[in-house]
Amino acid sequence: MKVLVSCRVNGEQHSVLVDPRDTLLELLRERIGLTGTKEGCGNGNCGTCTVLFDGMPVNACLVLALEAPGHEVLTIEGVARGPELDPIQRALVEVGGTQCGFCTPGIVLSAKALLAANPAPSELDIRQAIAGNLCRCTGYNKVVDAIAAAAQATRKRLDHGA
Amino acid sequence: MREFVYVAPPSIAEALIELSGDNARPLAGGTDLLPQLREGRRHADRVVDLKRIGELTTVRRLPQGGVEIGAAASATAVARHEAIAADYPAIAASARLLGSVQVQNRASIGGNVCNAAPSADVVPALMCHQATARVASGDGWREIGLEDFFTGPGKTVLKPGELLLSLALAPAPQRSATTYLRFTPRREMDIAIAGVAVRIDLAADHTIALTRIALAAVGPTPLRAPSAEAILRGHRLDREVAAAAAAAAANDARAISDTRASADYRRALTEVLTRRGIAACARSLNLTWDGP
Repeated sequence: MKVLVSCRVNGEQHSVLVDPRDTLLELLRERIGLTGTKEGCGNGNCGTCTVLFDGMPVNACLVLALEAPGHEVLTIEGVARGPELDPIQRALVEVGGTQCGFCTPGIVLSAKALLAANPAPSELDIRQAIAGNLCRCTGYNKVVDAIAAAAQATRKRLDHGA
Repeated sequence: MREFVYVAPPSIAEALIELSGDNARPLAGGTDLLPQLREGRRHADRVVDLKRIGELTTVRRLPQGGVEIGAAASATAVARHEAIAADYPAIAASARLLGSVQVQNRASIGGNVCNAAPSADVVPALMCHQATARVASGDGWREIGLEDFFTGPGKTVLKPGELLLSLALAPAPQRSATTYLRFTPRREMDIAIAGVAVRIDLAADHTIALTRIALAAVGPTPLRAPSAEAILRGHRLDREVAAAAAAAAANDARAISDTRASADYRRALTEVLTRRGIAACARSLNLTWDGP
């Protein structure tokens, strides 16, 4: 039996029919068509389906679609402002912190929540924040470098009042 | 996955009615339940989301002292709560060991308890703080000491229709220290192959007035280490007493060999982690201590 669910994704209100067994991941990808959020393991280990739920990283595969009403969901599609990439996305491109790219959307969202809470994270802070995002290509070093560079770029911009 | 009905009742009374039917399952963070349902390890006809019930998702100081943790409060909410961070730092630290940040933001402390994994990271520190499980059903409610809550791997004393409402912690006294140490092959995103929580309360003369040692992943359930506690109680802390207590804790363990580690290795880890845990408590109590 399908149920109507209303939720806010990337600032837009959506009303869609879901099966009670559908996860937030299925809601995003199959009902709303936001395929930037990836499914890897489907059981909460790999973090490729990371989205922000009221600003906090969660695995979209471990949330039911029916749990979404009343919450604000941010996916990778809502991170850039028009053509302007988020500083984390820009740094990942510049540093080469992405290879096949499958884990990258989840890493961007984990890093976004980290930098919102902690604008000057240590290397250990960064590694702990992305411990739930598995990457089988990069070896993580360039991902960590990119997040540190994004934090620094953001701090500089704020210091200069821009 | 079998089809189920999802309900999110606004009160405990309504949740208990929803849970009284056949094959109803409470849902808090879902980080254990949803994979279990998807992989067919559990079945539910009705999934009862508890997160719209304020009492179950909050942490509050009790008027008579101590703190009550709502069973559906997330690990992150518990770790960040002012009373937990100030008075129960070992519980806050344990909550930050559960899975990843993504998991901590959803997984509940009550779910970690009810899932009853012998390796559950938050349980040893809760036991050290004399946690009591408050449980309700349509027939009334009862309190169960956490050390009497587990009956085997994945098994608890909860009967069908019973719901864990909260975990009540005893007041944290002055001159008391608690720590939880675990060993995992990987630093992050791994399951303990041994974990030890140690609590030490000092009397005015620096003897040990109260102690609790609780073990994870070295038995069919989380365990107290009674003979290790008996060695510490009434004594002053020094290296010899700590070493004797650690050896006793290894004997209190009921470790098995499995794919993750051998029983011998688990016992050896229990001894080392107990000794280090006692040393960590000694340091935070500002006792002179010449190393672990």
